[in-house]
Amino acid sequence: MEELVLWSRAQFALTAIYHWLFVPLTLGLGIIIGIMETIYYRTKNEEWKTITKFWMRLFGINFAIGVATGLILEFQFGTNWSNYSWFVGDIFGAPLAIEGIIAFFMEATFIAIMFFGWNKVSKGFHLASTWLTVFGASISALWILVANAWMQFPTGMTFNPDTVRNEMTDFWAVALSPIAINKFFHTITSCWVVGSMACIGVSAWFLLKKRHIDFAKRSIKIALPVGVIGILLTIYTGDGSAYQVAQKQPMKLAAMEGLYKGQTKAPLVAIGLVKPHEKAMQDKENPYYFNIGIPYTLSLLGYRDIDAYVPGITDLLEGGYPTTDGSVPLSAKEKMESGKKAITALADYKKAKKEGNLAESNKQLEILNANYSNFGYGFIKDESELVPNVALTFYAFRFMVIFGSFFILMYIIIAYFIKKKKPYENYKWFLYICIACIPLAYMVSHSGWLVAEMGRQPWVIQDLMPTGAAISAISTSSVATTFIIFCVLFTVLLIAELSIMFKQIKKGF
Amino acid sequence: MNIFSKIFKFYYEGFRSMTLGKTLWMIILIKLFIMFAVLKVFFFPNFLSSKGDTKAEKADYIATEMEKRTINN
Repeated sequence: MEELVLWSRAQFALTAIYHWLFVPLTLGLGIIIGIMETIYYRTKNEEWKTITKFWMRLFGINFAIGVATGLILEFQFGTNWSNYSWFVGDIFGAPLAIEGIIAFFMEATFIAIMFFGWNKVSKGFHLASTWLTVFGASISALWILVANAWMQFPTGMTFNPDTVRNEMTDFWAVALSPIAINKFFHTITSCWVVGSMACIGVSAWFLLKKRHIDFAKRSIKIALPVGVIGILLTIYTGDGSAYQVAQKQPMKLAAMEGLYKGQTKAPLVAIGLVKPHEKAMQDKENPYYFNIGIPYTLSLLGYRDIDAYVPGITDLLEGGYPTTDGSVPLSAKEKMESGKKAITALADYKKAKKEGNLAESNKQLEILNANYSNFGYGFIKDESELVPNVALTFYAFRFMVIFGSFFILMYIIIAYFIKKKKPYENYKWFLYICIACIPLAYMVSHSGWLVAEMGRQPWVIQDLMPTGAAISAISTSSVATTFIIFCVLFTVLLIAELSIMFKQIKKGF
Repeated sequence: MNIFSKIFKFYYEGFRSMTLGKTLWMIILIKLFIMFAVLKVFFFPNFLSSKGDTKAEKADYIATEMEKRTINN
C-alpha cells in the first residue's frame, strides 16, 4: 500500500508541477499584454501594437500548449483517488464545474477575438477581449484554488453517513474561506511576478543581442510596475497565509520552521540547516545544525502577538499545549482513538440501518458526529506519520522567501537604472542575471506549492482523510505505467513549448 | 449578413490566415487526442463504476474500504 501511495502522489505531483509551468505565465503575461494594449489604445502609437502583438504571441504559445493539461488531474481523481473523489465529490465538483464553464465560455470566446480580431473588430472591443481573457483565466484559477483551500481547511459542509459523502451546506463559506481568499490573491499576484520576470528576462536577451533595444526597454518599463505590485501583494497575502496556517494547520507551520519544541516569543528562522532525519524530537537534541533566528517574529506573524506560544511538532503530537482560546488540544494518540471510533461508528451505523435497528443506528450516529472532526486520524497507524517532511518544507519555504526577496532587489536595481537613465543595455552581468531570473521565478513559484502541499502531509483533506485512505485499491504497476506515460507526454509538450517560444523570440518583434 | 454568418466568417478567416497558430492547433489536437482517446479510455477508467452500479452500492464500497483500512492498521 505504501508503494501505491507513493506512486499515486508522485504521479499527481508530476502532473501538477508540469501544469504549473504553463499557468503562471498565462496569468502574469496576460496582465502585461493587457497594459501594453491599453497604452496602444490610448496613444494610437503603432509601435505599442507591435510590442503587444509580440508578447501576445508568446502568451498564445504558452496558452495553447498548456491548455487542458490540468484535465489530467481530474482523470486521476476518478481512477487513482476514487475514495477521495467520492468522499468530497459534492464539494469539489461545484468549484471545478464553475471553473470549467468559465474557462470554456470566457477564455475560448475572448481569446479568439484577441488573436483573430486585430483590424476586424473595433480597438475598444479588442482591448476589452484581451482584458476579459485575462480576467477569465484569473477567475478559472480562483475556483481551482477554492477547491484546494477547502482541502486545507474543510468548511461549509456536513458529513452524510448514508452516502459516505461530505455535502456542501454553505457555498459562500467554501468560496470565501479565509484560506481560499489568501491563497487566491497570493497565487495570482505571485504569477504577476513570474510574468514580469519572464518579460524582463526575454527583454534582457534582446538587449544583450543589441536587437529591438527600444521595444525591449519599453517592455521592461511595463513589466517592472507589474512585478513590483505583484511582489508587494505577494508578501502581504503571504503574511495572511502564514497567519491562517498558524491557526488551521499548526503542524505545517512547525514543519516550515523546523520547530520541534514550542515556545513563547518564538523566533522566525531566517537561515538554518535542519537535521534531515528528525521525525519527532524524542531525543531532545537541537534539530538544527545551525540557525539564525529573528526574535519574536514567529509569534508575531503566526498569532499577531509577540508573547504568543507557538506549538512545535512534539507539542502537537503530545497535546495539552497552551492555546489562545484556552482550550486543551488532544494528543495525537487521543485523536487517533477518536478517529477509529468515528470510522467504526460509520460501519456500525450502516449495518444497523440495513437491519432496520433505528435505536442502534441513532446511537452510532451520535458517536460518529461526536468524533467526526478526528475522522482522518482513524487511518493513522503511527503518530510519526502525522509529521510532514520537515527538511523539504523548511528549505522550500526559505527558498521561496529568500529568492522572492531577491526579486525585490532586482526590481529596485531596474527602477534605479531607469530613473537615473543608466545605459543598462551595456551591463552584460546584469542582463545575464535578468535572464537567469526566468527559471528562478518558476522555481520560487513551485517551492511555494511545495510548502503548501508537502507541509500538509499526510492529509489530503485536513484531519478528515490522509493520502493512504484517499487512494483507490488499484495495482501499483498501473499507476507506475501512467506515471511514465505522463512524464514522456509532458516532457514532449515542454520541449515543444520551449522550441516554439525560442523560435518566436529569435524572430523578434 | 446575420450575426451567425458574421461570427462564422470571423472564425473561418481567422483560422485560414493563421501561420504559427496552425502548428499550435496541431499540438492542441494531438494532445487532446492522446488525452481523451488514449489515456482516458485505456488508462483512466472510473474506478468506482467497477465496484457498483448504484450510488448506494458505491457508498457501501467506500464505507467498507474505509473500515478495512482502519482494521488493517
